[in-house]
Amino acid sequence: MTSADNLRAFKRDGRIVIVGASLAGLRAAEYLRDEGFTGSLTMIGDETGEPYDRPPLSKQVLTGWVPADGTMLPRRREIDAEWLLGVPAAGLDLATDNVRLADGREVPFDRVLIATGVRARPWFVESEAELDGVFVVRTREHAEGLQRALAAGPSRVLVIGAGFTGSEIASICRERDIPVTVAELAPAPLVGALGAMIGEVASDLQRAHGVDLRCGVKVTQLEGDSQGKLRRAHFDDGSTLDVDVAVVALGGIRNTEWLQGSGLAAGVWGIACDTGCRALDLNGLVTDDVFVAGDVARCPNPVYEYRLISLEHWANAVEQAEVAAHNMVNGQADRWPHLSIPTFWSIQFGVNIKSVGVPTFADEVVVTQGSVSEHRFVAAYGYQGRVTAAVSFNNAKWLDHYRRLIETAAHFPPSCPTPDQPVDSKPVPVDFPGPVLLAQGATVVVTGHNPSERRVTAAYQHHR
Amino acid sequence: MTTTEMPDTLHRILDYSSRSDPYPLYAELRRTPVARQEDGSYVISTYRELADILHNPHLSSDVRNLSHPMPSHEGETTPAFINLDPPEHDRLRRMAMRHFGPPHTPGLVTGMEPALSAAVDGLIDDFAGKERIDIVDDLAYPFPVTVICRLLGVPREDEPRFSLWVNDIINSIDYDARTDPKEKLDKGVQARADLREYLGGLLAERHGRPGADLLSRLANDDGPDGRMTDEEIISTANLLLIAGHETTVNLITNGMLTLLRYPQVLQRLREDPDLAVPLVEELLRYEPPVHIIPWRAAYSEITVGDTVIPQGSQIMLMLASGSRDPDRFHDPDRFDPDRTDNQHLGFGSGIHLCFGGPLARREAQIALTELARRLDHPSLVADPPPYRRSPVLRGPIHLQVEQNGG
Amino acid sequence: MRVVVDLSRCEGYAQCAFLAPDAFRMHGEEALMYDPNPDDAQRDRVLRAAAACPVQAILVDRLEGRSEERGVPVEASRS
Repeated sequence: MTSADNLRAFKRDGRIVIVGASLAGLRAAEYLRDEGFTGSLTMIGDETGEPYDRPPLSKQVLTGWVPADGTMLPRRREIDAEWLLGVPAAGLDLATDNVRLADGREVPFDRVLIATGVRARPWFVESEAELDGVFVVRTREHAEGLQRALAAGPSRVLVIGAGFTGSEIASICRERDIPVTVAELAPAPLVGALGAMIGEVASDLQRAHGVDLRCGVKVTQLEGDSQGKLRRAHFDDGSTLDVDVAVVALGGIRNTEWLQGSGLAAGVWGIACDTGCRALDLNGLVTDDVFVAGDVARCPNPVYEYRLISLEHWANAVEQAEVAAHNMVNGQADRWPHLSIPTFWSIQFGVNIKSVGVPTFADEVVVTQGSVSEHRFVAAYGYQGRVTAAVSFNNAKWLDHYRRLIETAAHFPPSCPTPDQPVDSKPVPVDFPGPVLLAQGATVVVTGHNPSERRVTAAYQHHR
Repeated sequence: MTTTEMPDTLHRILDYSSRSDPYPLYAELRRTPVARQEDGSYVISTYRELADILHNPHLSSDVRNLSHPMPSHEGETTPAFINLDPPEHDRLRRMAMRHFGPPHTPGLVTGMEPALSAAVDGLIDDFAGKERIDIVDDLAYPFPVTVICRLLGVPREDEPRFSLWVNDIINSIDYDARTDPKEKLDKGVQARADLREYLGGLLAERHGRPGADLLSRLANDDGPDGRMTDEEIISTANLLLIAGHETTVNLITNGMLTLLRYPQVLQRLREDPDLAVPLVEELLRYEPPVHIIPWRAAYSEITVGDTVIPQGSQIMLMLASGSRDPDRFHDPDRFDPDRTDNQHLGFGSGIHLCFGGPLARREAQIALTELARRLDHPSLVADPPPYRRSPVLRGPIHLQVEQNGG
Repeated sequence: MRVVVDLSRCEGYAQCAFLAPDAFRMHGEEALMYDPNPDDAQRDRVLRAAAACPVQAILVDRLEGRSEERGVPVEASRS
């Protein structure tokens, strides 16, 4: 696809295969048609049925308000695709340009987009994971099963893992007046994503809502009865807890096993790609015809020292889908880089938690606005004297300002006072558990608003 | 982007002679997105810069943070939340919102819909047969006033009294000591005092008497934030009464004027009432009721684009100019109700986004739909129509329309 | 009808919860919970809510009533 003629011919009647028929895959298909691609489009998905939205599964669905099969994604436009659903992809052959399905079928392509996402990390003992009453939440079937179990009025629910999903599920349990215990290995909820200061706020929030929060503990065994029904959980401190429902919320596993032997830079970390969403091969060289988008992509971000970052964020999936689709049907000179500042949200215990930037890329954090004790505030994260992230609790209307601070490599801590200045506005160490890779280096500035104009400029003298 | 002195354009915009069409002057203003004025104030006129600063926590709405406080606000001891910053703004707005919208009272506006339709129907019934009508006097003014009076619990029959005060207050908002007679300011100050005293009287009757109207509910509320003081309730009621009076009238009137200038859209609305929804959004972009936020303050140094605005500076936000910015909106001077990318600044943005926006939208949607349906081949008597004085809350003072048949 | 809200754009203005309170609900002061598949009887209100969103975060299905264009094989679809 080097010459303009080839590109025109490809846009007219080329073959594009999208592996992964969820949010990123669907939006990419729509953007491809927006871009004028009129060739054949094939959607491959391991789940049956139309693409559906996942965030409501751990919220609206679990409250019982919305049925699990009621989250089908609205369409931006028609995509005129062939859908191969219910069978996972089992291999990618880049010598012959074929996707191999688990049932042996081969699907040829000129260009392929990989958007296979992540699956829930199951409980580590298979026989215990199969007990009646043990759940993960990733698919609508999972959510439907857990919703039914919650509706049956369990005596106590155990949530294993106090990340965002686990915390949201604990919140729903309290909303439904179900006793809930949360077990977390780290010292506080959300601490792995947002650090110790916010972790402490999240602990307060859970306890204030009646969650039995147990941090620094590990669940060692899930014990069932003779009918295979979950009865009890064992902890590493020797204690036990009688529960009839356990939700395993220990994060996800990227669906890359099917790419073993493909020659792509794919592994547990995801699939490495460039900012144009083109996959890298094992040597780290950019490929021409293989693209990646969504949770499975591991994409460099210039703002964060070109570090490769995987994001399981809704907006990231949509934005990468748009960039990947554009680059799949445009020549080298018209390529777009994916340069969005990551954004994320979580709804729990009546609080809207939002973040912008990469909070783990920080050494200090400071509350810049509002009141932590009232759970209404903004905290800014800084690394080596510049703003790299911000988190708001019920203060989302200010967050866009912090996105601008990140994009312009603004000084940290922010120096000028605001009317809503917190009592204590001294930066504290961000304090993440475990090793956090940080390094010194250049700073860049991101400019432009539309995907077509987003660009990076090196900014060596930007700090004040 | 550079900062240059551009006193002429702003003064020409504020001058009454440009009231009927300030848009070419806004285009002139946008050449300098952040423009420092001779008096040290700043004017922001481009979309991106406006959107940025409306989310900037260093921008204050409290005039007491200006290095030269606004004369028209002298003597105001308890500002309404529109003139306050967090955390006070957030607390008072939250307490008022408890009785107006979600999360505490989510169904209020949709619950008012039948009454809104009935009020519009009644007013149109009164002039349906007349050959010449005044959209302002016959519908766009009395309709929202009736609605806000009922909502607040202000007797409708007192309207002749408080409308005079409201008028004097609005006239004093853009008071300029160099060009305006002192009387204009004095009348505004007196009107503020009179209106507060009047509302205080209504409030006094409501203590200990729970009722459905907003004044009664505020007077007897014990929510999580406690109860507003009487002074705070009066300031809130004062704000909502003025805003309910002076903004929706412009939205409806500007809407009818625009429809009469685009008869093919008027015809479409007649045939398809659903068009009212995107049409009102486009009006909020194209002919918004509030053009300018004249008095924000730099609480501390603010960087907008490449310009650093010093602490204490007065900042004027030209919202209507931002919504016509060609760098943000395709073909911005075209009225296009089918526009899909329409994130306008008609109700502002950020924490001060219009409190009554959802009600104003429904009022305008219902009023314009019914006008389109029931007026018989309407046409403008004068184009442009005569305008109100204010460059801030901009709209015709009368809109004479002729219709056929009778 | 199908609806999705880009909650990373949402700033909690609650305009949707005013205009279509059965489909959009505030959870506390700022967090939005919504029905991704509201009843067709809600249609007018949902469209008003989507139009009013100050950050244009609400996407309503553009293939409404044209389900044949979704293209997903019926036998593979759930009911």
